[in-house]
Amino acid sequence: MSTSDSPQESGALGVGADVSTSLAQEQQTKSDSIDLPIFAVRDLSVKYGEFRAVRDVTLDISEHEITAFIGPSGCGKTTVLRCLNRMNDFIDSAKVEGRIDYHGVDLYHEDVNPNEVRRRIGMVFQKPNPFPKSIFDNVAYGPRLTGGMSKADLNDLVERSLRRAALWDEVKDRLKASALGLSGGQQQRLCIARCIAVEPDVILMDEPCSALDPIATARIEDLMQEIKKDYTIIIVTHNMQQAARVSDRTAFFTTEMNTESDRRTGVLVEYDTTNKMFSVPSDERTEAYVTGRFG
Amino acid sequence: MNGLLAVADLSGDPRRRAHDRRMQRLLGSSAFITIIISALILFVLARGSIDFLKSIGWDLGVLRDSSKAPGWFPRRERFDLITIVMGSVLMGSIAMLVAVPLGLGTAVYLSEFAPTRVRKILKPIVEVLAGIPSVIVGYFALKFIAPNIVDPIFSPDQSRNMVVAGLAIGVLVIPIMASISEDALRAVPSSLREASYGIGARKSTTTIRIVLPAAVSGIVAAFIIATSRAIGETMVAAMAGGRDGSGPRVLDPLEPGLTMTAAMTNAAGGTDQVNSGAPFQVLFFVGLLLFMMTMGLNVIGDRFVQRVRQQY
Repeated sequence: MSTSDSPQESGALGVGADVSTSLAQEQQTKSDSIDLPIFAVRDLSVKYGEFRAVRDVTLDISEHEITAFIGPSGCGKTTVLRCLNRMNDFIDSAKVEGRIDYHGVDLYHEDVNPNEVRRRIGMVFQKPNPFPKSIFDNVAYGPRLTGGMSKADLNDLVERSLRRAALWDEVKDRLKASALGLSGGQQQRLCIARCIAVEPDVILMDEPCSALDPIATARIEDLMQEIKKDYTIIIVTHNMQQAARVSDRTAFFTTEMNTESDRRTGVLVEYDTTNKMFSVPSDERTEAYVTGRFG
Repeated sequence: MNGLLAVADLSGDPRRRAHDRRMQRLLGSSAFITIIISALILFVLARGSIDFLKSIGWDLGVLRDSSKAPGWFPRRERFDLITIVMGSVLMGSIAMLVAVPLGLGTAVYLSEFAPTRVRKILKPIVEVLAGIPSVIVGYFALKFIAPNIVDPIFSPDQSRNMVVAGLAIGVLVIPIMASISEDALRAVPSSLREASYGIGARKSTTTIRIVLPAAVSGIVAAFIIATSRAIGETMVAAMAGGRDGSGPRVLDPLEPGLTMTAAMTNAAGGTDQVNSGAPFQVLFFVGLLLFMMTMGLNVIGDRFVQRVRQQY
């Protein structure tokens, strides 16, 4: 595999330090408790064609914490999440406005290589999506992309990743078996292991438990607590209890009527520590949502 | 009425029910007639084949007789079957050498790389290509492929040869290869692509390592069905292949050659027409063989298509 298109020499994402004027340092007013945000999102709007899915989102994400995005369907939480590792690039009609700084680098700068972004900012999806390959090959897929790893190192890495994802004991005797034979919860942990194996910095989770039963969900939640000291985690969830249980900070999104069309646009209502959001929210829409009065 | 109903109350309008039954009978009989026709074709082929085998006294050695000068000259009772089977195999192989890379390339481009706008234009064009009458492709072979491609590059003895016909048959089956492969590629769930992108894999890597392996059975099906079509192709093989039954026992594709299909059309009309006896009956035997070859390929191809459907 060629690695020539991942310019690792010149700064974090191949962008020279000169272009990375950090927005985060300019705007330190709102989230005084986040000193050095890993993500600084400013006035983010996303359009699909003429339809504005979400608008004017501004928030900072703190390192080594779990941040939850909650809100009713169509509020744009997944859209915002997918902007953070440029997964929206694959949707032809999607247009991203505003700015997202990642460690001080503009993620949408023209010299930023989206593959390099996604290697550092991994993603776990709503539906477990293991490759139709063996368990081992699923985890080894990412490390093999960059290549240059000895067989023994690769074996170690696969074991370490599976252990971190709390799956090793269940699959160590059948690493060569198809990943499709695992249960839903095991498949999702495998996807987490596959993500961890490329040693990312951030893990984005898009409703990772919505297809799982409560026991499998609990295991994933434990796992998140376990790995958050090494990774920054951002999770989108429909499940408010889950947000309350696992996250350090919560962002509440909702939809509001659009002036341009009759479709609703997502907006960020409130963003604070999870404790505050669930006990003394400052916006009444947040309060209505977290107390179950709508959504 | 004290709350109880009679059966008649729930049996509906008898005229509508009769109409329903008539409809069902009509549609059922069309399906039935189709099956009967297929069976009749098979019956006629089998009967002719048996007649042929009788007239040669069940001596199958006749079919690969190399004691005399080998070749397919049914009017002189020379039935060297290998000549025409090799003709079909040779032209079919050349066709697939063209159709696989171009068809698969088209499919991968359409499914994985083309922007929606481009795909909306390109896909119908590929499908229209599938509907071009083969006689037109035959003329394309004679008026373009032979003089502009094959003659200048290979300078063969004759302009009508197996390379020219093979290339043209390849052109003819590209759309089949492309269209079935594209369906197979698009059937791969996008969640797998996202999983791969989500770890930082590039598009080309994702295509090669994830999408193509996941679609392999559909692609094999496309290959088999396209091959079967290439072997069954008649018009182009007859027009551009040279129609020479002395045959490719030398296995030189730049020589003129004769496919099984072209051998049959030869005998069906014109100066080579035959109407009776072994030279006529052998055509049924060749036809049956061809039928079994293409049907066998289609059955195998179908298996692969089924496997794709079951996978997701």
